[in-house]
Amino acid sequence: MSEQTVPLLRVRDLAKTFTLHTQGGVTLPVLRRVSLRVDAGECVALAGPSGSGKSTLLRAVYGNYKAKGGQILVRHRDRLVDMVSAGPREVLDVRRVSVGHVSQFLRVIPRVPAEEVVAEPLLALGVPRNQALERARALLARLKIPPRLWPLSPVTFSGGEQQRVNVARGFIGGHTILLLDEPTASLDAASRGVVVQLIREARERGAALLGTFHDADARAMVATRVVSLAEAEAA
Amino acid sequence: MSERPLLSVRGLTKRYGERTGCVDVGFDLWPGEVLGVVGESGSGKTTILHCLSGRTAATAGSATFVQRDGTVVDLLRMPEAARRRLARTDWAMVQQNPRDGLRMSVTAGANVGEPLMALGARHYGEIRGRALDWLGQVEIPLDRIDDLPATFSGGMQQRLQIARSLVTRPRMVFMDEPTGGLDVSVQARLLDLLRGLVADLGLAAIVVTHDLAVTRLLAHRLLVMRGGEIVESGLTDQILDDPQHPYSQLLVSSVLPP
Amino acid sequence: MSAYNFAYLDEQTKRMIRRAILKAIAIPGYQVPFGSREMPLSYGWGTGGVQVTASVIGPDDVLKVIDQGADDTTNAVSIRHFFARTTGVRTTTRTDEATLIQTRHRIPETPLCAGQIMVFQVPIPEPLRWLEPRETETRTMHALEEYGVMHVRLYEDITQHGRVATAYDYPVRVNGRYIMRPSPIPKFDNPKLDRSPALLLFGAGREKRIYAVPPWTPVKSLDFDDHPFTIERWEEACALCGSRESFLDEVIVDDKGGRIFVCSDTDYCGRRREHLA
Repeated sequence: MSEQTVPLLRVRDLAKTFTLHTQGGVTLPVLRRVSLRVDAGECVALAGPSGSGKSTLLRAVYGNYKAKGGQILVRHRDRLVDMVSAGPREVLDVRRVSVGHVSQFLRVIPRVPAEEVVAEPLLALGVPRNQALERARALLARLKIPPRLWPLSPVTFSGGEQQRVNVARGFIGGHTILLLDEPTASLDAASRGVVVQLIREARERGAALLGTFHDADARAMVATRVVSLAEAEAA
Repeated sequence: MSERPLLSVRGLTKRYGERTGCVDVGFDLWPGEVLGVVGESGSGKTTILHCLSGRTAATAGSATFVQRDGTVVDLLRMPEAARRRLARTDWAMVQQNPRDGLRMSVTAGANVGEPLMALGARHYGEIRGRALDWLGQVEIPLDRIDDLPATFSGGMQQRLQIARSLVTRPRMVFMDEPTGGLDVSVQARLLDLLRGLVADLGLAAIVVTHDLAVTRLLAHRLLVMRGGEIVESGLTDQILDDPQHPYSQLLVSSVLPP
Repeated sequence: MSAYNFAYLDEQTKRMIRRAILKAIAIPGYQVPFGSREMPLSYGWGTGGVQVTASVIGPDDVLKVIDQGADDTTNAVSIRHFFARTTGVRTTTRTDEATLIQTRHRIPETPLCAGQIMVFQVPIPEPLRWLEPRETETRTMHALEEYGVMHVRLYEDITQHGRVATAYDYPVRVNGRYIMRPSPIPKFDNPKLDRSPALLLFGAGREKRIYAVPPWTPVKSLDFDDHPFTIERWEEACALCGSRESFLDEVIVDDKGGRIFVCSDTDYCGRRREHLA
């Protein structure tokens, strides 16, 4: 790492515990003082057994889970925002502009066509509607979703098709930080290849990516660094 | 991000003698955002709307609202005349039962046109044109414009109420259980419509509901209420996916999976 | 002379009604509540008009009473006799000779002049009642000028009939402020209300309201920009006097459906015939 690399994401001593009040107040400490950084152009793959908290970490960075302690600094509009202490509106702004997310499951809203699902992040950034739809369609085409599916709601799509819509939606915004939770799950080889390309292109434009990749081949092709959660907790 | 909130509520309290409707409720609402207020019956969520809309007088608190010209007024202390005027121009209310928000004895077109006429619109053709336009936006077949709302299904009545409340382009909307009492498929359609309208019109909205699925779809932020108090507030997806307060966890875990 | 007080009402009642009238004149078109008294005629037969007339009439007045434009119908005759008996005041059928005219459902064709008073008999004074049954709410709506619903009424007419179908009791805006029902006069007569030199008083006995339009007050009939207010027109002329300007009644003359059109204003028609003879 040279002095010129820009830390886009820095996690410091992140702690996350779940307290299940509905089950007698049992506590589940999942993340204990995790620290890591991701610089521009890097794709850091999280490794560790399932249940170890990889998804939890990604969700905490996204602001979907509430951290109990530590800091999550993301570069947003020329400053660093701490997602742990940021207020809800700021988190929404960070998600809109700087931090993209490919989740494991596509949350499907009935009646919204696939091309609209994918175009939405661009619309939120103020891109004119027809431009946004054009770019959405181009990306869907790249991911081998046939045009006849574009005006349909993903409700009826197969798991693989839904996941590709998910990927498209995550990448289209050109965010500087991308969080990828099993982006190649349920995809065939050809589609996995496209995702790998998308990740490479993102790295090339200077984005910082943090993700989990169950598929070892895909991980080998995209990750610039592999960090195990255990290591990150000791760091 | 540095714009000021459209509505700032502080210390809102409503007591009915010994009973409390809501206690010390405070929140901000920014232009273009949807705030969900969830809780079970008796949680005080509807009381908040009633106080803000002037339907009932608050016991204490303030609700400062920025008018179109930039001046700030306290909704809880405004004279009734001024508040009724504001209710015609700046904000709107969508009732749970559409019959409460519609004039059942006049046609659909007249229902949508009336707020325009109340603000001085005097061209029949234009009024009718705008009514047709709005019926289209809420997906009511245009040939129903001269029908009475009593001949509409519940879902269509609700969509008509939405058209009537949004036709004057208010900046803020209050919705009280907008999908209550509707069939599930009808709910989905209505929610999708609301999502689109709120985004297109840049509306600020407060949506009161007991249905968490509605909030996930519509709301950016949530207030969880219980016993008249706010027990948790934050991002919608964060509260629904990682609820902190015991009551929030109970609410979320009680939802039956589809 | 009868054993009644002048004009039947006791002086305290007249005072109460006069106060209401003064308030009504001060706020053109605003409905003033008053303590409507039991009169020797039933509700619906002009008790409001009679009480207003009884409160303003003086020994030097000349009274005309018309019903649907005619001086000789039963009701007009009864009311005229009532005042003759209780006041001894001179009565007339001639519009231009009267100082005080009580009317049901018409304004005379002969133009009124300054110094004359028209008293209208009103069944329902509240223009918003068709949509809003609550008195508390209609009063608030008037106070806050929430008159959107009146145009809704016109909108519905145009939607249903292609034009505003209201032919009687057509709502008007008085002095740019209050919306008023001018009583069931035909809309043909509405233009006569606008800037009339006479004082117009309206009395509703059953509903217990008095309202007024002082002389020279602007009175505008409600309409839409693209559906402007128009009055009735006939192709026929009056069969008796030939007038093409007056409001015509349709009269069936035989069992075969034969009909003629005659002036509703008997005084106007009769005088025209005098001139033509």
